[in-house]
Amino acid sequence: MSVKLTEEMLSALPDARGHFGAFGGRFVSETLMDSLMTLEKEYLQLKQDPEFQAKFDKDLADYVGRPSPLYFAERLTRETGGAQIWLKREDLNHTGAHKVNNTIGQALLAAFLGKKRIIAETGAGQHGVATATVCARLGLECHVFMGAEDVQRQSLNVFRMKLLGAEVHAVQSGTRTLKDAMNDAMRDWVTNVDDTFYIIGTVAGPHPYPMLVRDFQSVIGREIRSQAMDKVGKLPDALVACVGGGSNAIGMFHPFLADENVELYGVEAGGLGIASGQHAAPLCAGRPGVLHGNRTYLMEDENGQIAGTHSVSAGLDYPGVGPEHAWLKDIGRANYVSVTDEEALDGFRKLTRVEGIMPALETAHAVAYGVKLAAEMDKDQMLVINISGRGDKDIHTIANLDGIEI
Amino acid sequence: MSRIEAVLKTLKGQGRKALIPYITAGDPHPDVTVELMHTLVEAGADIIELGVPFSDPMADGPVIQLACERALKHGTSLRQVLGMVKTFRETDARTPVVLMGYLNPMEAMGYEAFADAAVDSGVDGILTVDLPPEEADDVAPLFTQRKLDAIFLLAPTTTDDRIRAISEHSSGYVYYVSFKGVTGAARINVDEVASKVAHIHEMTALPVGVGFGIRDAETAAAVGRVSDGVIVGSVLVDTIARNQADTAELKRALTDLLHPMREALDSLAS
Repeated sequence: MSVKLTEEMLSALPDARGHFGAFGGRFVSETLMDSLMTLEKEYLQLKQDPEFQAKFDKDLADYVGRPSPLYFAERLTRETGGAQIWLKREDLNHTGAHKVNNTIGQALLAAFLGKKRIIAETGAGQHGVATATVCARLGLECHVFMGAEDVQRQSLNVFRMKLLGAEVHAVQSGTRTLKDAMNDAMRDWVTNVDDTFYIIGTVAGPHPYPMLVRDFQSVIGREIRSQAMDKVGKLPDALVACVGGGSNAIGMFHPFLADENVELYGVEAGGLGIASGQHAAPLCAGRPGVLHGNRTYLMEDENGQIAGTHSVSAGLDYPGVGPEHAWLKDIGRANYVSVTDEEALDGFRKLTRVEGIMPALETAHAVAYGVKLAAEMDKDQMLVINISGRGDKDIHTIANLDGIEI
Repeated sequence: MSRIEAVLKTLKGQGRKALIPYITAGDPHPDVTVELMHTLVEAGADIIELGVPFSDPMADGPVIQLACERALKHGTSLRQVLGMVKTFRETDARTPVVLMGYLNPMEAMGYEAFADAAVDSGVDGILTVDLPPEEADDVAPLFTQRKLDAIFLLAPTTTDDRIRAISEHSSGYVYYVSFKGVTGAARINVDEVASKVAHIHEMTALPVGVGFGIRDAETAAAVGRVSDGVIVGSVLVDTIARNQADTAELKRALTDLLHPMREALDSLAS
């Protein structure tokens, strides 16, 4: 059942304690509470500060290269034979993904708070690269935590981060993927809380992170609105984005939440298939719980232990999801679906061959579902897929799967 | 009066300080946890903090992370931990047991079911690392209604307003985290702890236990001098890790560690 959301309702979320309905909140050990409350207070002030916003907008324009194009994928549309497929080209941003929108914003916050040391977690390495990039630009010390398994499968990004001057910490604990990287980043933060700013890469974590990351990423959806009006003269009928933690999806969806005719589709990593249990799709197959500072849908066993996840894409390989997505699922405003590793790889190949655009494996999930959905829609309808990142970083993974050694 | 309150009151009357060891339930094996709890009591423990293993212990350093992994390898669940306390209670009705862990296993079990089972097993207090009082509205009343003590953390970064608010939500004792960091790091600064604990004492009548960084008789005595009790965790868990194979040797090693701490604390008695 869907609820009609008004601008008024939306501006009241999250509430003062960071809750989106039953989700979100601030579940951290006491040592971090003061920092989180200070961050919230400072951010809410800066959000209203024209100087801060002007600086953010200028960086997005001159450093990131925004606005990113809204591109009509003519050949893909023709081959699919349904709705017009448009691509929001976040892959053309500096550093090759949407992640930099957020790191620019948070680095500005860090500068206003006078913090000189930056930490970040990363899965595929895109957020790590985007963080290392802004740190290089601002002359900040940068430490990136990355699961040891991800360090292996995303070696190109590891090298990029090192070139940018960041120290990459390979995390050996737990499942050695994104969730463990986040654990270790939290451990570092609690130890160095006085001088360190934690740039979280997604719309998860304790309040105010889901809110501020959403705000920084919402530039994606705002641009789509005005670009769609300019180019097509109407709002899109459907928006499709991949969901790991869910930052590119929230950034795309949020400016459209009150437009009830715009259908929203978040695509999770189905891995080897939901029935196999080998996936990373908490919204499709998980249940509510508490991890990494917020209440949200999680993949866990019956005893509340966090379950291992599987996805061909390191960036989606996470057992939780942003709390705002959990809320949007429960109120029925957004649809959450999954595609398998194999479907995502097909999506990767299709976009590469038909449009000459190589998407990240994370993004390929959105491509795969978007094409499937467009085929079922009318020709006069408009569907936008968020091309959240480019695929260069995944060339080795694709080559390995094809049995090719580079 | 709760069992925790009674023990701490008696100690205070004697001018003595509480020795509160922590071990992770199920480490090195679920079968030996109850035995180890009795060992801790024989070695001088006043209260036991029993860790509930969690897959993602964000506030803990490597020593307790590995203990969680060992315990989870044997499938140690929250229900099993409650069973261990129940067994412990068959032969020890006196020593309070505080469950210490993370929220998600309790949430998965269901808070009401958990609170009922905790009472039934003879648990005395609950300390949930990732549950600040702000988020405890639905949970803490279930504990207090059942006379389970809700123990919250205070940290070096906790502001005065929060010290007051957290103390109001707490019963039994408050747990002061002695430094900014994870468990097992050796960064304790006794002078800082002394001034902060004195400050906390001005704002609450509850006993203040201090944990993080207490690893031997010397640190125990130094911290005991300025607080109502010391919590000792990682150094014990590390001892467990190094003596996994031989339970008799392990019990001896734990006793050898705790006994001097007990003596050092008691030598402070006025």
